[in-house]
Amino acid sequence: MTNVMRPERDEYRLKYEETELRLGLPGGSGKDGEAARNCSAKRGFLETVDLKLNISSEGSSLDQVEEVEEKNVIPRSGDPAKPPAKAQVVGWPPVRSFRRNIMAVQKKSTSEGENAGSSAAFVKVSMDGAPYLRNCGSEGMKDFMNESKLIDLLNGSDYVPSYEDKDGDWMLVGDVPWEMFVDSCKCLRIMKGSEAIGLAPRAVEKFKNRS
Amino acid sequence: MSKSFPEEVLEHVFSFITSDSDRNAVSLVCKSWYEIERWCRKRVFVGNCYAVSPRILTRRFPEVRSVEIKGKPHFADFNLVPEGWGGCVYPWISAMAGAYPWLEEIRLKRMVVSDEALELISTSFCNFKVFVLSSCEGFSTDGLASIAANCRKLRELDLRESEVDDLSGHWLSHFPDTWTSLVSLNIACLGSEVSFSALERLVARSPNLRTLRLNRAVSLEKLHNLLCRAPQLVEFGTGAYSSELRPDVFSNLAGGFSGCKQLKGLSGFWDVVPAYLPAIYLTCSGLTSLNLSYATIQSPDLVKLVSQCRNLQRLWVLDYIEDFGLDALAASCKDLQELRVFPSDPYVVDPNVSLTERGLVAVSEGCPKLQSVLYFCRQMSNAALVAIARNRPNLVCFRLCIIEPRAPDYLTLEPLDAGFGAIVEHCKELRRLSLSGLLTDRVFEYIGTRGRKLEMLSIAFAGDSDLGLHHVLSGCESLRKLEIRDCPFGDKALLANAAKLETMRSLWMSSCSVSFGACKLLGQKLPRLNVEVIDERGSPDSRPESCPVEKLYIYRTVAGPRVDMPPFVWTIDEDAALRTLLSLRKIEVSLDIHERM
Repeated sequence: MTNVMRPERDEYRLKYEETELRLGLPGGSGKDGEAARNCSAKRGFLETVDLKLNISSEGSSLDQVEEVEEKNVIPRSGDPAKPPAKAQVVGWPPVRSFRRNIMAVQKKSTSEGENAGSSAAFVKVSMDGAPYLRNCGSEGMKDFMNESKLIDLLNGSDYVPSYEDKDGDWMLVGDVPWEMFVDSCKCLRIMKGSEAIGLAPRAVEKFKNRS
Repeated sequence: MSKSFPEEVLEHVFSFITSDSDRNAVSLVCKSWYEIERWCRKRVFVGNCYAVSPRILTRRFPEVRSVEIKGKPHFADFNLVPEGWGGCVYPWISAMAGAYPWLEEIRLKRMVVSDEALELISTSFCNFKVFVLSSCEGFSTDGLASIAANCRKLRELDLRESEVDDLSGHWLSHFPDTWTSLVSLNIACLGSEVSFSALERLVARSPNLRTLRLNRAVSLEKLHNLLCRAPQLVEFGTGAYSSELRPDVFSNLAGGFSGCKQLKGLSGFWDVVPAYLPAIYLTCSGLTSLNLSYATIQSPDLVKLVSQCRNLQRLWVLDYIEDFGLDALAASCKDLQELRVFPSDPYVVDPNVSLTERGLVAVSEGCPKLQSVLYFCRQMSNAALVAIARNRPNLVCFRLCIIEPRAPDYLTLEPLDAGFGAIVEHCKELRRLSLSGLLTDRVFEYIGTRGRKLEMLSIAFAGDSDLGLHHVLSGCESLRKLEIRDCPFGDKALLANAAKLETMRSLWMSSCSVSFGACKLLGQKLPRLNVEVIDERGSPDSRPESCPVEKLYIYRTVAGPRVDMPPFVWTIDEDAALRTLLSLRKIEVSLDIHERM
């Protein structure tokens, strides 16, 4: 088993993954069948997520990497007809099942866009250029990030807070009343001001329709 | 010593010797000491239920009052052991029901416990006081009802992380009103709601109650009812920690908590609404143990909480704490001994939180008493591991899980051999180690030569060849448990170090390259080992001998081959094993059958 191809594979992954922006929840749209399979072979073992790869020029080297990867996969004693590594590896990462289920329940309530008064709903927050997402509870948001604070934070910077609401529309934070925002916000994206230009008119219309 | 003390005097002296290994040593001095010791041993620990049989246990030690038994191998926690593998407690209960009518304590881990076993326990031991079921399964709330109804002297019922068939919450009401001896109750793993009024009455009539861990179904508004009735509580686990924000609920809750002046440990905290966290602030300065591993709250709230817990010794938390929160932990909690950071989203490739190796390094710098670590993260470097090793040579348990298998040092893209090598070199008291990331045979050379006190080693997706396994098996003088998955280890290392296996409790290997032929050889060479192949593809005889087995579990035993094997478990060379078993029965075995935990 050689480690020769690994550094390249991982270098590629590091370059790409760190800057990949993620809007909404992982798990992605099911339509990326082939791309997903390619990535999964490249990744090896973990479940694939929605990746939009621009690999037209690097296509051939990627294929090479894949080929070596397939050969270097530890021979599973299972039958060769088993599906490729897109499936999760059994028992990895080593997390007990009762811990897994807790998180699954939490994610489920987030994706349904719930904001039950008693339980904390979570919203993914991503910022252009930053590799990490944050999960913020809307209750928590009330505490440390109310509307004026959020606007203040970004005041003077090039960034504006925008959000995706239940209908899938992208709106500017501050265009609708705070309660309505909290009720309908699915995920938050702090985007460059230049990109947010088209958003305002839709927001005003929506508010008019709702009230 | 030929004119030795009368037996009674020796027995009295032995009664002060409580550690298992000391007792074992005493029993080897001479025949009469062996006899006296075995008659007065009160507590027995069986680390592997198949290493010894119930009959051997009860025959040798007739006066046992407390028993602890462990069943399935550790990797069963991660679904690597197929359903129906074994570890049934019933034969043990059945044997002890006859032999130990005065049995007071039963502690089981990873065993299959049926309702029949629970029923038998409840009716066989009139002095039964302590029942701990850690990661067990196979029973329902009906079985719990028998325990509740019949065990009049019960003090402790602890269902730690067991999988219970939750038919109803009614079982709790079976505890009689006259029963007032409860000291510890842990029902956190149960899904269904227990009758709250029964719970309330139970707590009210239990003046000795020290530990109460509720399940998720108990709502937050009701907590103060219990806390007010049990101000002497030392350990408390909440249910779902969420409710609509109401000032009266909040002040009741805060009042309840502040009334518990002895509170040292908190747990539970499912579905946390951060606005209710301040209700526990008054307890924080007294807390030594905090389990927030179900609390999906963010770093700022975690920091506010944790920085008030100046006396914290143990923290279990989700990776929502992030590096930032771990910095705060390192600054505030100078008594911290154990840290476990669990992944909030283990199956997502990309980091969903900003938790990296930096957080762990910060804690290793700031917390001088840190000795036990379990850490899930998505990137690691040799530099970080070296820093941790240098900062914390007092580490006793180091379990690192880098979520992506074979992930290299993210800075240099090299394997993490040097980093883990530093851990075993500097941490001379290290007893438990779990590896992850990209690792070559070299790391095993370091572990074999420097891991002198290592007792348990977990390996996954690591190594290049048999040489890696050989380094471990030919070194690691203190190794007792070795568990390996998805590594390119085959026959050579195992066969070359076969004798080592008799010095260990057990070896687990799955998705490796050990052939059936090698398993047969091992089984033949070493009659005091059970070599078991777990293979769900049908009989290994139907495939070439060179074909690798799916899973392999090897353990030392004085009980001979298992008699309760399911169809997918194959022992090796049954004829030879049977012959050995017969000859063993003729010999008086004064083998050391107890191991330290």
